[in-house]
Order: sequence, then structure tokens, then C-alpha cells
Amino acid sequence: MAESIWGKLGLRRASGVDKAGWGRTLGVAVVAFIYFLPVLFIIFTAFKPQGDALLVPPTLSPTSLFGLIPDHFVFTPTLENFGSVFSRSMTPGGAPEATGFDRYFFNSIFIASVSVLLALAIGTLAAFGFSRYPLKGNDTYLFIILTTRMLPAIVVIIPVILMFRVVGLSGSYFGIIMLYTAFNLAFTIWMMKSFFDELSPDVEDAARIDGSSGIRVFFKIALPQVIAGLAATFVFGLILTWNEFLFALLLSGPDTRTVPVAMNQAVSSGGRGTDWTLLAAIETLFLIPVFLVTFFLQDHLLRGVTFGTVKR
Amino acid sequence: MTAASHSLPAPLFTAVVAHNWKLAIAVAVVVSAISIAVLPAALSFWVVGVTATLVAAAFTVNAYRRHYFGALLVAPAIAVLFVMNIFPLLWSLGLSFFAYQANQQTIRFIGLGNYARILTNDLAANATWSALINTAMFVVFTVSAQMIVGFLLAILFSKQFPLRKYLLILVLTPMMLSVVASGVFFTYYYDPTFGILSYVINSIAGDQFILMSTKVGAVTGIVFADAWMWSPFVMLLVLAGLVSVPKYLYEAAAIDRVSRWRQFWMITFPYIRGLLMLALLFRTIEAFKLADLVILLTKGGNDTLTISYHLIRIANEQNKTSEGAAISYLMLFMVIVLTNLYLYLANRRTLGA
Repeated sequence: MAESIWGKLGLRRASGVDKAGWGRTLGVAVVAFIYFLPVLFIIFTAFKPQGDALLVPPTLSPTSLFGLIPDHFVFTPTLENFGSVFSRSMTPGGAPEATGFDRYFFNSIFIASVSVLLALAIGTLAAFGFSRYPLKGNDTYLFIILTTRMLPAIVVIIPVILMFRVVGLSGSYFGIIMLYTAFNLAFTIWMMKSFFDELSPDVEDAARIDGSSGIRVFFKIALPQVIAGLAATFVFGLILTWNEFLFALLLSGPDTRTVPVAMNQAVSSGGRGTDWTLLAAIETLFLIPVFLVTFFLQDHLLRGVTFGTVKR
Repeated sequence: MTAASHSLPAPLFTAVVAHNWKLAIAVAVVVSAISIAVLPAALSFWVVGVTATLVAAAFTVNAYRRHYFGALLVAPAIAVLFVMNIFPLLWSLGLSFFAYQANQQTIRFIGLGNYARILTNDLAANATWSALINTAMFVVFTVSAQMIVGFLLAILFSKQFPLRKYLLILVLTPMMLSVVASGVFFTYYYDPTFGILSYVINSIAGDQFILMSTKVGAVTGIVFADAWMWSPFVMLLVLAGLVSVPKYLYEAAAIDRVSRWRQFWMITFPYIRGLLMLALLFRTIEAFKLADLVILLTKGGNDTLTISYHLIRIANEQNKTSEGAAISYLMLFMVIVLTNLYLYLANRRTLGA
């Protein structure tokens, strides 16, 4: 029956989508480029020589585009900022030291991917439970779960800091990963439940009558139909966890520090004001993994969200 | 399934079997109470943890033997949420009735004192009220800006055209930036001396232009930055709805010479209504929590203090932990009222249609 659902939603080979030509491409390209400009400026800043960051007028382009752009808007691109992300002199005139950013990048990747995957595993099970075996007061449970996302992080964080300090979890991978898992669960459960709600129960019932166990029905029949949903939820969760700042600031130790926290410290330390080129270089490097994941899961993202939430 | 769930008789209270969860709870309460009284805090925490695990295990075995699959599947999620979210939330709810500061040892029960203080204290210049009003303003402006921009972007991308995939990812990128980096860079864009915006306006108007010097300017700056970052989120949800509308509906409408405007309301809108609701719900919740951009762009100056930033100041910088907890529960109450209003309106529309 999966076939007919996809068909009903008009998703087979994008049959519901009109075709448009290169004219549309041109128009959208202009809008998308303007929308992307602030990001592009950050990326270009990462390639500027240190002194160029605060020039007035600002330098805007690494090339003159065959004379199209006046010379005073053009800078000479350099890669030295990316080097100084990982190693630079901390005191004026001092020898270059390792900044530990390789460790912070590893931490960010490790913590974000483990906690998002864990939330996905636990949340998908729970979503299947909420969808297929409604408990007494099912909607109340779901609303309470949504409530956990409503309060600002600072409210949850005070008791959590005290709790972690007592238990000795502050600054450990385990603590921060569990916290992020909980942080992602609400979104995961709400999203995955709506995916399971859309599935036709006929196939599952048929399998049960044929003697398949509940576990087998879940893994062999329900799960393969919501792959797109898993991908969409993964991307949303990853984007949110990747850039999370407050929990990381207050709960990660020197060994488990993530990039947003380290980035904040690196650019504002030393009392010399913001180090713009360094900040831009860190952000540019930090953008690459999540950009690639989103790009490669993009098709699932659109299909997944659709499949999950449109009530038909 | 239902037949099986009642076949297992309830065990005697004293019977030591794996699914006797009542006995497990009793043992857990007694052991925990003793260990809290006798052992140091760090050790007794683990004892309580172990007994809680025992109770959870008894529940699990019980649910398994009785084929309560729902409870079994939901249990791990509830456990994680309870330890990391619900328990701290309840704790801070409790704290809001006490006079407590995180940097002091004393704790004293004062009932609703914190709530009374934050709502009535120095009425002339009460930061909580003005922060609430500012927050309401930011919620209205940022959420409506995001919905409008996100919607328009989604319409742009709703047709299949060459290179669509590559242009779409460009528009999605602002959402992936770290707030630290994009916020700090927006201070640069808005900077009166070095910023691009001032450079452009100065060279046109020939006058020194400072965006953040007035309240209107500061609010515009914050709303613009926030809307820029989060419109792609709305766009993605709306776009997903738009591409899911079956083409034959439009073809039928074209044969019947239905106007464009009516086509939108009769065909398109029902497909994207649920997604618009989801976007509105999550963006409103997030807009209520707006703090980081305000901290980075104005530090609360020019009367742009939001309730969430006010809370960070009180709870973290001034160490008034319990007063902060009271403010946050005031906030939670408002968000719950608002989200329920949304859900109520959405459901009423569905029933009416």
C-alpha cells in the first residue's frame, strides 16, 4: 500500500510539480544570491589578509571579475586564517601554539552525531509506540513532551548543573550527549509520530495475522517506509545540535568543548576586540560538514517532511 | 493482543518475581530514604539511581509479560526525558517557591513571593513587564516576517527548474550558521564606522547613519537578522506542502476556469495548512526564547530587553536562581496558552471546512 500513498501524495517522479525553464532559474538565482550574500561575505572574510577585515570601504571580492569590480573592492585571497585556526601565537610576537581546535571539531562531530542518532533511535521507538499502541492519555503525554522544548535552556540548566556536579558528570561526554539526546527527543518524537500516522496499517495488520512478532513488524514493515522521515529528522536535529551554544558553554569541560563555545572564546579573548578573519575561518570550516550532510540528504528532506505532515 | 494482556494474574505483594513492580517501588523508596539520610550526596545519588533502574526494570518486565508494547516502546524516551528534562523542570518549579541563590547555602520557603515580586516590584520601572512587552513585539514581528518571507521563497522554488537543488541549498545555509558567528557578523554589517550597511547609506545620503541608535532601528536590525536566519525553516516546511499537491487538481480547476486566487484557497491551502501550523508553532516557541541575537546586537540597550535575556541576567549574572525560575514559569504559562490557542484555532478550521 506504500505505493498508493506515494501516488496519492503526488510524489512519484515529482508528478505534482510543474516544470519551468531557465528563465525561472535566472530569477531564483538572483533572489538566492542576495539571500546568500551575508554568508558569502563571511566565507570571503575567511580568505582575507588579517588587516583587510575592517577596511572602509569593505573589500568584497577575491577577483576583479575581468575588471567589472573596482580595484579598491578587491582583496588578495590567502589561506593563512585557516592555518591560524589550528595553530597561532597567543601572545604578540610569541611562537605559534596549537589551539586545540582539531579536538573541538572532533568533539562537535562526535557529540552531535551520537546524540542525534541516539535521539533518533529512542524517539522512533517511542513515536511508533505513541502511534500504534496509544496509552491512556496519549495526547497529554505528547503535549508534556512538547513542553520540554518550550522553556528557555537557562531554566533547565541550573538544576542540571547542580545534578551533574553532584554526580560528577559535568565536563564528560556522557553527560552532554545525554542532555542533547533529551533536547532532540521532543522534536524527533513529534515528527516521527506524524510519519507513522500516515502509514496504512493494513500491511502491518496482515503481517501480524501471518504471525510476525511486533518487533519484526516494526523493523521489516514500518521502518523501511519512513526512511525519508528519518533523514529529514536527522538533518533538522543535526542543524539544531550542531550550533547549540548555552548547554555547551555551561556543561562542557576543557576536553569536551564544542566548536561554538571555543569559537566564542577564540574571537573575544585577549581584549583586542573581535578577530574577524579568524572567526570567519572557524565558521567556514564549521559550516562544511553540516552543509554536506544537508546537501546529500536534501531530496529526502523535502519528500520526508511532506510525507510526514500532510494529512490526507 | 487484548486477550493476552489480562491473562497474567497480579502477583502477591511480597512475591519476589521480576514483574512485581509494587514491591520494587516499596523497596526503592525505603532504600533511597535510608541512603539519603546516611550516605553523602554523591554516593546516595547513585544508590537512588540504581533503585530507580530496578523499578524501571520491574515495569519493563511487567509490560513485556503482559504485552503492553506501547509502554515498552515509549519507556526509554520517557526515562531520558524524565532524568534530563522533566526532573530538572520540576525541581526549578519547586525552587520558584523558595528564596534561593545559587551562590549561597541558605534556602527559605516564601510561597508565591517570587511571583509577586517579579510582577509588582517597583512598578515605575519594572523590567519584567517591559521585557514581556518587548518579547510580545518580537514574537509578532519575527514570526510574521519569517512566515511571509518563508512563504514567498517556497513559492519561488515550487516548480521544477534547472539547478533548483543548488539554489535551494544556498537559501538553506543561513539556518546552518552558528548564531555566535552570524550574530557577531551582523554587528559588523550594522556597525556605524566599518559596516557595509552604513557605508552604502552614508554614500547615498552623505550623512552618518547609525542603525542601532534608536529603538526602531535596533528592533528592525534584530528582526531582520532573526528573520534572515529562520525563514528557510518555514520555507522548507511550506515547500514540502506545495510540491505534494497533485497536479490533476490544478488541471481540473483550469478546465472549470477557477480563478488563481480561488485555486490557492481551495486546492493549495488545505495541503499546506498543517505544515504552516507546525512552522508557526515551533517558530513561536523559539521566538519567545529569543536572547542570543539581542545579547550580541544590543546587549538589551535601547529598550530591546527580552524576557529570555532578562531571565539569563537574573538567574545567571545576578544569581537570583529562584526568581529566575519564577519568571520562566510565567513564560511557560504564556507559551502554553498561546500554543493551545493555535491548536484550537487550527482544529476549529479543520472541523469547519
